[in-house]
Amino acid sequence: MSDCIEKQIELKAPISRVWRAITDHREFGTWFKVNLEGPFVPGEVSRGKMTHPGYEHVTWTAVVKELKPETLFSFTWHPYAIDPNVDYSNEPQTVIEFRLSEVNGGTLLVITECGFDKIPADRRAEAFRMDEKGWAAQLKNIEKHVS
Amino acid sequence: MSPNRTKTRNAVPGTGTTTGGPGTRRRKYAPIFAALGDETRLAIVTKLANGKPSSIAHLTEGTHVTRQAITKHLHVLEKAHIVRSTRSGRESLFALDPEPIREAGEFVELMSKRWDEALLRLKSLVED
Repeated sequence: MSDCIEKQIELKAPISRVWRAITDHREFGTWFKVNLEGPFVPGEVSRGKMTHPGYEHVTWTAVVKELKPETLFSFTWHPYAIDPNVDYSNEPQTVIEFRLSEVNGGTLLVITECGFDKIPADRRAEAFRMDEKGWAAQLKNIEKHVS
Repeated sequence: MSPNRTKTRNAVPGTGTTTGGPGTRRRKYAPIFAALGDETRLAIVTKLANGKPSSIAHLTEGTHVTRQAITKHLHVLEKAHIVRSTRSGRESLFALDPEPIREAGEFVELMSKRWDEALLRLKSLVED
């Protein structure tokens, strides 16, 4: 069993475009569904309200690690830290890395998230409970959209 | 499967049921991953995967590992709640509890799904 998630995606866009989409805090917010308060700065906390349906009550928090232009963007966070009544600050964090490289005239984006082995197990049950809620809200949105 | 965990799993969304409440054992994934990160223990888990409780003697059979070593490994698995022991007369029988392994895997799977969804949105943003 791995304690990392790895995702790879080839994007038909120049590396500079992808870099901007993941490191400009406003652009990041549009696809990650979070309304960030300010730009990403290495060593500093990034914070904002989630805009993901069903998670609007959640404040997203991450600590930016590295910003190597068009190469590497990394931060740490508490995965699924979505219960406003729980203080997650003493729990271990996972590390998220975005690595960019040029491929076939486009961009290969590799995302890794590591450190799940340290996450408390009772969060799992909570995650599933909240996930059901999130999906219910998503379905409502789709319903509204198509009707 | 322990009744306690079954209850948590069936918690009704939105009822404010909190997990990890009083009396709930707070476990970490770390011991599960650590317990499985060893060849001998992985072999024991594989042997127990048929669901039949086995004795230490049976688990030692066909291995190059001593009885004492197997016993030690079983204790590590027991501590991680991957394996449970029951007494049968004079000997202890060990059985697999598949739940902790499944739980640890499911959480990672859920996070993985989240990334897939976010990446699709990123794709449409940069490719438009």
